[in-house]
Amino acid sequence: MADVQFRFRDDEPVADPAVTVDAFGDQTNASAVRLEPGDDAAALIPHLERLRLVEVNFPVWTDGRGYSAARTLREAGYTGELRAVGDVLIDQLNQMRRCGFDSFAPSHELDADDAAAAFARWPHVYQATGDGRPAIWALRHAQ
Amino acid sequence: MKILTGNDLRSGAVVWWDGSGWSLHVAQAADVGHDGDVIAAREVAARAVVSPYVIDGEKVDGEVRPAHIKDRIRALGPTVRLDLSLKPADPAAGDWVI
Amino acid sequence: MYKYDSYDQAMVDARVAEFRDQTRRRLEGHLTEDQFRPLRLMNGLYLQLHAYMLRVAVPYGTLSSAQMRMLGDIADKYDRGYGHFTTRQNIQYNWIKLEDAPDILADLATVEMHAIQTSGNCIRNISSDQYAGAVADEIVDPRPYAELLRQWSSFHPEFLALPRKFKIAVIASETDRAAMRLHDIGIKLVRNAAGELGAAFYVGGGMGRTPMIAPLIREFVPLDQLITYSEACLRVYNRHGRRDNKYKARIKILVHELGKEEYTRQVEAEFAHLLNQDIEPPLAELARIKAQFVDPPFAAGLPDAVDRSDPDFALWVDRNTLAHKAPGYAVAVVSLKPVGGIPGDATADQIRLMADLAREYSFDELRVTHAQNIVFPHVRKADLHALWSKLEAAGLGTPNLDQIGDIIACPGLDYCSLANARSIPVAQKISERFAANGKQDAIGELKLKISGCINACGHHHAGHIGILGVDRKGTENYQLLLGGSEGADCSLGTITGPGFSEDGVVDAIEKATDLYLEQRQDGERFLDTFRRIGMAPFKDKIYG
Ligand code: SF4
Repeated sequence: MADVQFRFRDDEPVADPAVTVDAFGDQTNASAVRLEPGDDAAALIPHLERLRLVEVNFPVWTDGRGYSAARTLREAGYTGELRAVGDVLIDQLNQMRRCGFDSFAPSHELDADDAAAAFARWPHVYQATGDGRPAIWALRHAQ
Repeated sequence: MKILTGNDLRSGAVVWWDGSGWSLHVAQAADVGHDGDVIAAREVAARAVVSPYVIDGEKVDGEVRPAHIKDRIRALGPTVRLDLSLKPADPAAGDWVI
Repeated sequence: MYKYDSYDQAMVDARVAEFRDQTRRRLEGHLTEDQFRPLRLMNGLYLQLHAYMLRVAVPYGTLSSAQMRMLGDIADKYDRGYGHFTTRQNIQYNWIKLEDAPDILADLATVEMHAIQTSGNCIRNISSDQYAGAVADEIVDPRPYAELLRQWSSFHPEFLALPRKFKIAVIASETDRAAMRLHDIGIKLVRNAAGELGAAFYVGGGMGRTPMIAPLIREFVPLDQLITYSEACLRVYNRHGRRDNKYKARIKILVHELGKEEYTRQVEAEFAHLLNQDIEPPLAELARIKAQFVDPPFAAGLPDAVDRSDPDFALWVDRNTLAHKAPGYAVAVVSLKPVGGIPGDATADQIRLMADLAREYSFDELRVTHAQNIVFPHVRKADLHALWSKLEAAGLGTPNLDQIGDIIACPGLDYCSLANARSIPVAQKISERFAANGKQDAIGELKLKISGCINACGHHHAGHIGILGVDRKGTENYQLLLGGSEGADCSLGTITGPGFSEDGVVDAIEKATDLYLEQRQDGERFLDTFRRIGMAPFKDKIYG
């Protein structure tokens, strides 16, 4: 189990082991779940109340289904920890963050300086993705 | 014979393993026997070459000829711009790839 | 034309810095090739047969003189003195060094250009009608909508690791000049019964291994929901598009396997949800963009007459110019298909010359067409002769627009690492054959398209005559297709039968066109005759 290397939350990290989506349905007291690329994030929406951690696994970073899963959860109002795990690389950190991930547990530790540069790379954003950053069009028409 | 080829990481140029290093000229390609994958892995790790692969070839009149047309075009350059190929002075150079 | 503001410039500059950093990490060994490849592809950098190749985006095919000049300068400074205009309105350079790529992107950024998302499994450069803003048959200029989509799709964080590449075209006229229905999403601006402007969405078209014509999934999306609807289309694809087989990963397969109705149902459900997420730019943003695509200051009262006393010039006017919406103006097309030449290639000097001529004669504006030609969109008819003379002197005056010599050809096995066979030599032989036999003019409009492999970058399925290069036991072989069309009458070509050698396919095409000349009825194009009489007589003629 890889460690969380970056976390953008003030609350205590959730220690509960994340269960699979199938197991989560049965274990009514589980508060952490792990989504695989083929899982339907929308299936968790009825249970957001009791969820404190969702891990989204990226077995290979080129499989981008986890980005949609993250946005689906955030758009449904999930405010708990959303953790990207697996093949999480420097150049995906920023786009993951923009889709709503707020913690990162890469399977191989990343260079801290390169990661800091990646998180800070973009002065602005073109899209509204619910991550709190105003889109460029919103800045243009702010007055 | 077995030939090891790839592209130079920095320039992208087509290169051929000559037994001790990389050459731009297929004529200098060495027979790598069964060692191609080992050399390739080492050269990738050294960041000398990108996307190396082993191909079949044969010696024809002392010249090394890759078995597949794609590698013959790689060895020569674009047949429609022989001026940019490795044989700019030979108007019939394109015949070699067929 | 669209001008960057400080936001746009900051984004492109940040991208240059990001790619410079990625290149550094690659060269220092922090990124493996497997990790780096998708990153460089998303900046248009391929590893091709002979070197790295850089594809530069020309958003919706529109260029200013300054941008065109920069493209010529880059060809000299970093490449071998030429560039290749592509079948998706872009330009690519064939001899790029990895170490130079960040500097090239930095040079491009100084003229508001980039190579963002010109490859990779992401939303690619948005294409459009090459005559947008110049011809009378459009209901609006489609480019502001393409620009809105360009900004939305640039670095869209959810859609940078799609199952496969994703291509969008935007048009606004009945005459489809952008092969709209052969795109992953084709958007056609339309008016509804109430006269309001909106967009029809066609989703799931494409060429490649399994060509499909996109079905219409929604007749009317209001203008203030365009981005939201696009996002819904993409999200359903990102979640459910196949990732187990790259040949089945395009959205056309998803739409086909789910069925148009089920795909549409899922999109509509996602759309209804996204409408509450405030992701749509306000109409004021569209208005801001539209204000930058106003007509140039056309002069009134210009003469429409053209002095046709020079027969070579008159021929070029007949072949290569089109009616403009403003009286006294014409649209002039430069064919990059000289007899025996390489389709789409232009030298650095030719590129810079076209830049200068656009400044002088076309309000500083040029277009790149998917047929690999260059357009001067707004030329005074009185200036046509001067323009033509200068083009002609530079080898750019070939009068063959939409004729058999105006061949679309992908780079093929001369340059492309995916190719099975060479495309360019076939194109050269065909154009030479039909220049020598004198039949080109008699044949008239005939769109001939050549791809060097099943990926179909040369749009062979959509050619009146298409050629597909295949590998037959290590030798180049060519399949012949007849009856495709990319226009509003979109259709896919059918294979004639067994393939041919390079010379054999040229002979077969001459036989097919001879049959057409014998059989055609009043005013029929090759395509019309083929549709009327069918494949059988062509087969007999070609193989008989
Ligand atoms: S059609 Fe094939 S050969 Fe031609 S450019 Fe595309 S991938 Fe290369």
